[in-house]
Amino acid sequence: MNILNHHKQSTGTPLQVGPSPYRYAVELQSASVVFGKGDDAVTALSPTSLKMDAGDFVALVGPSGCGKSTILRLVSDLIQPSSGVVLVGGREASAKQLRIGMAFQNPTMLPWLTIEQNVMLPLKIVAPFKATFRKDRKGAYRDRVHRLLKQVGLQDFANHYPWQLSGGMLQRSNLCRALIHEPDLLLLDEPFGALDQFTREELWQILQDLYLDRKPTVLLVTHDLREAGFLAKRICVMSARPGRVISDEPVNIPQPRDISMIYSPEFVEMTQGLRELIAQVRK
Amino acid sequence: MTEKNRIRMLSFSLIFGFFLIWEVLCVLLDVSDLVLPRPSEILVTLWVKFPILVPHIAQTLYSTLTGFVLGVAIGTALGIMVGTSKVAYAVASPLLVGFSSIPKVAVVPIFVLWFGSGTTPAILTAMVICVFPIVVNIATGLATTEPDLEDVLKTLGASKREILVNVGLPRTMPYFFAALKVAITLSFVGAVLSETVASNRGIGNVMMTASSNFQVSLVFAGLIILALLGVALYSLFSLLERRVTGWATRGNDIAMS
Repeated sequence: MNILNHHKQSTGTPLQVGPSPYRYAVELQSASVVFGKGDDAVTALSPTSLKMDAGDFVALVGPSGCGKSTILRLVSDLIQPSSGVVLVGGREASAKQLRIGMAFQNPTMLPWLTIEQNVMLPLKIVAPFKATFRKDRKGAYRDRVHRLLKQVGLQDFANHYPWQLSGGMLQRSNLCRALIHEPDLLLLDEPFGALDQFTREELWQILQDLYLDRKPTVLLVTHDLREAGFLAKRICVMSARPGRVISDEPVNIPQPRDISMIYSPEFVEMTQGLRELIAQVRK
Repeated sequence: MTEKNRIRMLSFSLIFGFFLIWEVLCVLLDVSDLVLPRPSEILVTLWVKFPILVPHIAQTLYSTLTGFVLGVAIGTALGIMVGTSKVAYAVASPLLVGFSSIPKVAVVPIFVLWFGSGTTPAILTAMVICVFPIVVNIATGLATTEPDLEDVLKTLGASKREILVNVGLPRTMPYFFAALKVAITLSFVGAVLSETVASNRGIGNVMMTASSNFQVSLVFAGLIILALLGVALYSLFSLLERRVTGWATRGNDIAMS
């Protein structure tokens, strides 16, 4: 499916054939973030530039506190740049030109809602879904939620409350909630950080399937180099705080990738290279 | 289940035991019924006078509940205003604390001065006395909402109103119900207080009149009625609370279906 045309339909503007209305899905032009003023000012992100095509899958890696999450918060308009420009879908991030799905490091499920209701939440908030939410929540939307939950193996937990689920299950729900409204842009902030290796690898494969299914633009922040290498088309390495992008390399392995690939010599060599680069910038 | 029943039994025994000891002590120490009537006497008075008391009970309930509903409505509106804005919270705090520290007994004469004696000052006293716990609790609930939960909605482009309705208010429900339980008992206090000072109807007035006629057992009958009404309304809100905020206490009975 053509993501851009799909997007155009969703915002109600005439369907446009031909070149896309914007050059990049995400574009940071020397965007920086400074918290506080005067002597107390803390630079969270040095002027950083980054471009992502529609349908691209970029992993951001780097040492702790280097501003990876800050970039995600800029793109999702949770914070505004102190200088520079952040364009999403060719317009300022605040314009919400693209439909965004975001998964945080904490699953942040609302504790008073069931998993089904939690996953359905974006359909209640985001246009055009919200227009028919009252009508569809017991029908079409519920089916849609259940289909997605089934894809991640949670079909039997739709009516459970978040506290009844394990950490891994909550992260799956989190992923579902980020995807249910078919976002053009998926922002993932270390969504698998707190999981054991097996659950993590399983979720990588689920995420890869979901990505290849709909081809949204994905920006993934992670500490895990294998995760970055397995999932992403491009890996950007950031320097230590205050961070900026110091390396931007494609991952030249065709998708879909098999999980056994992460033990192949080429893959190990690539992650080793990244590892050394990060070890250097940490100093 | 058996554990629950056991607690109920113990609770009932405690109440029964309390009145039993009271009865026994009165008999043993030969206490005059002008000072402290025996529970059995109070029960008899309650039984005999009940038909006359019914309109007064209705009056007190009416004042209490009207004041309570008004207080909750005003308190909720104020709480939302104060709780959703850090500036409003900081600006309004001193005034709110000031108002809430005024002993509510002191405002009854003012209401009587303005509105005369009767139902109106009782309703108003019940109202002002329960506004502040509601405001403070709703404001606290909203102000302490985890930013993470709000961020989920913000990234979806939700409006301020949508965030309030979908995150802030549900998150605040446990605080709100805690406040309701405090407020309903306070409303009783307010209404009865006003009735004792300036009214010719209501349980408060009955007790005042009875005490000046030395009908001590009737005074105590009034107390018992107030206590029973208080327990009934408190239980009602506890029940509602469990229905609405089971998620906060992980109520198994609603969650596991």
